[in-house]
Amino acid sequence: MWEVRNARVAFGATRALDDVSLSVGPGEIVVVLGPSGCGKSTLLRVLAGLQPLDAGSIHIDDVDVTARPPHQRSIGLMFQDPTLFPHRDVAGNVGFGLRIAGLARAERESRVSELLALVGLPGFGARAIDTLSGGEAQRVALARSLAPAPRLLLLDEPLAALDRALRDRLAVDIPAVLRATGTAAVHVTHDHDEAFAIADRIAVMTAGRLLRVDDPVTLFADPRTEEVARFLGHTNIVTGLDVDGSDARAAEARHVIRRDAATVDPRGDLEAIVVESRFRGDHHDVVVDTDRGTLRFRLTTPVTPGATIRLAIDAGRVARLDR
Amino acid sequence: MGRDRPRLTTAVAVVPVVFLAVFFAYPVATVLWRGLGDDGLEPVRSVLGSGRTRDAIRFTVWQAALSTVLTLAVALPGAAAVAHASARTRRRLRAAVTIPFVLPTILVAGAFTELFTRFGLDDGPVRLRHTVWAILLAHVFFNYAVVVRTVGSYWAGLDGRLEEQARVLGAGRLRTFVEVTLPRLRPAVAAAAAIVFLFSFTSFGIVLVLGGPGRATIETEIYRYAVVRTDFGSAAALAAVQLVAVLALVALTTALERRRPVPEHGPRRSTLARSSAGRAANGLFVTTLLVLPIAVVVERSLSVGDHHGLDHYRALGTRLTMLPAPATTALRNSLAYATIATVIAVSIGTLAALVVVHGRRTLRHVVDLGLTLPLGTSAVTIGFGVLIALDEPPLDLRSSRWIVPVVHSLVGIPFVVRTMVPVLRRIDPALREAAAVLGASPARVRREIDLPIAGRGLLVGASFAFAVSMGEFGATAFVPRSADTLTAPQALFRMLSTPGELVRGQAMALAVVLMAVVGAAVFAIESARGTDEGTF
Repeated sequence: MWEVRNARVAFGATRALDDVSLSVGPGEIVVVLGPSGCGKSTLLRVLAGLQPLDAGSIHIDDVDVTARPPHQRSIGLMFQDPTLFPHRDVAGNVGFGLRIAGLARAERESRVSELLALVGLPGFGARAIDTLSGGEAQRVALARSLAPAPRLLLLDEPLAALDRALRDRLAVDIPAVLRATGTAAVHVTHDHDEAFAIADRIAVMTAGRLLRVDDPVTLFADPRTEEVARFLGHTNIVTGLDVDGSDARAAEARHVIRRDAATVDPRGDLEAIVVESRFRGDHHDVVVDTDRGTLRFRLTTPVTPGATIRLAIDAGRVARLDR
Repeated sequence: MGRDRPRLTTAVAVVPVVFLAVFFAYPVATVLWRGLGDDGLEPVRSVLGSGRTRDAIRFTVWQAALSTVLTLAVALPGAAAVAHASARTRRRLRAAVTIPFVLPTILVAGAFTELFTRFGLDDGPVRLRHTVWAILLAHVFFNYAVVVRTVGSYWAGLDGRLEEQARVLGAGRLRTFVEVTLPRLRPAVAAAAAIVFLFSFTSFGIVLVLGGPGRATIETEIYRYAVVRTDFGSAAALAAVQLVAVLALVALTTALERRRPVPEHGPRRSTLARSSAGRAANGLFVTTLLVLPIAVVVERSLSVGDHHGLDHYRALGTRLTMLPAPATTALRNSLAYATIATVIAVSIGTLAALVVVHGRRTLRHVVDLGLTLPLGTSAVTIGFGVLIALDEPPLDLRSSRWIVPVVHSLVGIPFVVRTMVPVLRRIDPALREAAAVLGASPARVRREIDLPIAGRGLLVGASFAFAVSMGEFGATAFVPRSADTLTAPQALFRMLSTPGELVRGQAMALAVVLMAVVGAAVFAIESARGTDEGTF
């Protein structure tokens, strides 16, 4: 169990971390989600011991490790770029931590091939670093980080520099490898889809503060604040919606409506003019004008731009926001 | 044309090639010819047969190797400080360490002599004067900048996250340096080491003054044979031996510099804490090493008997018995010669740099190598070569005043080329293409795009050439002495060789004036240098 308690880091006038507290349980994957410059990378560097704290502390199983240097923390670290050692081959990179730990050669070699197999690159040991593709290099970096069996893996947007297909694959592969090895991880990203795909829990961060920490399903269904809702990809935020006709203070209430909440229904409550409709295979992405503003929905029924339609909203997919 | 670089007409190459052929290749070839000529290898064999020569060769290699190792050991922490500093601090540090590098060698030698006198190290239980340690110390002082500049700039371009990775993977500070940083620095360290070795190998003024009578290197032996004993045959043979060694070293240096580093993701500074005690110790040590000799010179120049005053400076206008003219005349000569030498070096060097960057392939390589050679060739050999080769009409330089600026420009040209080439290379081909598409002819492109951008490099190269000429000592040692050809470093050498409190004080005053002039040149270098161009 890793804990950051009331961490503060300032760079000049900028507060990179402003009273941040976060815990990561054994084997848990926590995703820190936030825009660039919100302090999420600083949070990782603090956990790694690469960035000193101005205030606060870090604990492993209740032991204060704030002053412990990075090489004694048992962590793995992955950046956006693979940052492999250019003067060593793949096996030399993956085995680096093992060699530092003083493992015997035979043991080291078997562990290296085990890890290369785990990340889907069996037999790559003797390859030079500059012969690897971007995706392969990032897999080698993952193997290198996992080789010494760290207690915590820190991932700083490890997928951001990859093309879409690779990103989607690694977004499945990385958590699979983490679960297979039982490694706890803190993964930093600005991409909510990536966060949903990977996280046990999501911590939403902005301007050096954690807004919410919760599991993805709960967080998405009930974001509570507009800021969090927008980070999670919600676009339909409306005022004065009386979802089931029973809300006495509906006029002041603000709600977030999921994009899959609407169906075309002649008896529906919401009148809408279709502005745009795009066919996406199994659904249509539709933009409509309503008296609550412009909203976006995923509809299964085709609609024509310019037409006036009526939409029924599923109350179970609408969440009320705190004022 | 479909190429990113406009071709130069071969005509541009004619001027630098002819200049180098006449004033460098021909004299040096003459030395070789005299050394290895008619009698075959006989002169070489005979000079190598002498025990004194063999001792000199052994000592030359040994002190150069030791100087290199010591300089690396002392300067690598300095390179680290430069690499990890902010851009602004980096520029200041680079400027500060460059001052010793461009100081006249004879001045450095004088400063260390004075330092030893001052702290009672010239005699007694701890004697440094006339020991190898004095030579080594001065070489470290002088070459510190080579390592800090070459390695520091390279280091700053490395990705600091690799060190962070190593730390996180369990490596401590020292292990991270040895296993992750040092291997990636290897090309820069090797290049710097080769240059330091070369400079120490051909070091003249420092060995001559600090080594004392008993300690000879190949360079001082050439001088002794040629000037003191006027045995030109032996001098030429020894120069030939040295030239071969230097050629091999230059080839090695060029090969090391040409090796391209493995690309990384570019510079990235790390917040990783560095040992503050280590940094403080390094700062203190380096400040002592670099500042103390200079401070001692300044203090000595101001102390007259038991009080302080400007008397020594005032006395510089009066002729001393061992000099053909007053020191002020020597200074005026040096300023004039340095100005002329700079103009020559910049003109020839710029043309040569253009050829190196834009010329045809073969020509490019020839000029490139031909220009690195004067940097590595000992100044004494060049001076000696000019003396014995260009001594009769149509080109009799021996009795001409032009010998000094011409020889000085030879030493300065490599500096101009080496600062210009990286600048010219870095000009984005897209700029040229844009200009060409807009209708500019190749010549116009060079005038409108290359020259303005290269202007800074030009100023840096010019300042180096100026500083080098101001301090040049080895080559000019062969020039017959008269009131017209007396240079400030020569006057300084003669004054340092003469015992006496008064002369010493005046020597130090002259040294301070020289330092001020050269320091101004360095200031110009660093304020013109926007980025990290040039590697030494």
